Amino acid sequence: MEKELRVSKIAEGTVIDHIDAGRALNVLKILGLSGSEGLTIAVVMNVPSKKLGKKDIVKVEGVELREDQVSKIALIAPSATINIVKNYEVVEKVKVNVPHVIEGLLKCVNPNCITSLPREPVKTKFKVLRVRPLNLICEYCGVELNQEDVITQLTGAKA
Amino acid sequence: MFLNRDVISIIDFNPQELERLFDEADLMLRALEEGKHLKALEGYVMATAFFEPSTRTKMSFQTAMIRLGGSYIDLPPEEASSRAKGENLADTVRMLDSYADVIVIRHRVEGAARFAAEVATHPVINGGDGTRDHPTQAMIDLYTVRRLHGMINGLVYGVIGDLRYGRAARSFILGLSLFKPKKIYLISPPQLSCKREVIDFLNAKGVKYEEVYSLSEVVSELDVLYVTRIQRERFPDPLEFEKVKGSYKVSFDSLKNSKEKLSVLHPLPRVDELAYDLDNTAHARYFEQAKLGVPVRMALLKLVLKG
Ligand SMILES: [Zn+2]
Repeated sequence: MEKELRVSKIAEGTVIDHIDAGRALNVLKILGLSGSEGLTIAVVMNVPSKKLGKKDIVKVEGVELREDQVSKIALIAPSATINIVKNYEVVEKVKVNVPHVIEGLLKCVNPNCITSLPREPVKTKFKVLRVRPLNLICEYCGVELNQEDVITQLTGAKA
Repeated sequence: MFLNRDVISIIDFNPQELERLFDEADLMLRALEEGKHLKALEGYVMATAFFEPSTRTKMSFQTAMIRLGGSYIDLPPEEASSRAKGENLADTVRMLDSYADVIVIRHRVEGAARFAAEVATHPVINGGDGTRDHPTQAMIDLYTVRRLHGMINGLVYGVIGDLRYGRAARSFILGLSLFKPKKIYLISPPQLSCKREVIDFLNAKGVKYEEVYSLSEVVSELDVLYVTRIQRERFPDPLEFEKVKGSYKVSFDSLKNSKEKLSVLHPLPRVDELAYDLDNTAHARYFEQAKLGVPVRMALLKLVLKG
């Protein structure tokens, strides 16, 4: 049994495992959770992981993730797995997936990009050049975003 | 290979496609020289929408269309500027799309042409977007090299001026990297050197290049020198501009160690980066280059509209 199981199991909810070490709090931000909601939340940080060396885990009672939240988590924790728990059992396990093109989730930082114009019905589109470390390029203007830019955008926090 | 295709960036094309375009341009040029009246695009309408002022590019597209028996409609400049402030681009493009068979657009915003192409059902040709792409200028420049030197591969190129914000220089460099140049010298002050994405592209294509600060150290090696303007506005400190501008001015004197067959190109209009004392030398090829604008755009319009 791995050490993480010292944290008690949850009855209904979501366990997000294999988060890059140090990014658990960013994941909570993406889920819009601050702790003041009264939900049971367990955060485990910097535990040993075969795949990542070190990893974080987040367990949230009574919450199921929306699709856009899953897409956002993929961008800051590309190896994450999402386990849906019902009645203390994992009933579904999905690995997040970084798509080749990311549409609409992020903003382009170039003020002279067509996607920065307020009146145009255009969604941002970033091509993924590299997943680790994350490197994205705007399909319209060629400006690149790195991991730090993406964390700042998705969580409002500095990386 | 061209029919109904959008023309957004020079790197959307491969060398075979460009050579096909240039073969077609040869035919157009011959027809023009022989004074033939062509009718290939009779009944077709092109819309020009230039949200940024332009004379050469716009008139050369319009001439190309007329020379092929087609016609054009133009979004009036004052309309373009008021639309740039008010109505959105998407609605303007939809309107033009309902009138015309092909739309040529220039806009100060990067990605505007790509977006217009997504909105329009008809093909969109990018006449320049922000500091990014100017694919038809690159086509003309590459075609000029092919006519002057018989080939694009195997030559040593120098590109001098604003390589960072100048879309003509950028597009020419990207266009060259589709071929097999012997070497490209990127000559600019450090503030105006190529953007990283362009350098990444050169590396990915395995093109030999070198970034240098002065023309004099490489001029003797060059077969082609492509000159572009350095704009004062790019320098936050006007003194910095005064310091560098002299070193990037190309004159008869700065070419005294060059090869006899060096061709000097410039997308025009020029300000003072290209001295008038070059005009009567054998190096000056920019007027011929400018003349090739119409046949290349004729070839492109014909291929895009009729294949
Ligand atoms: Zn952009």
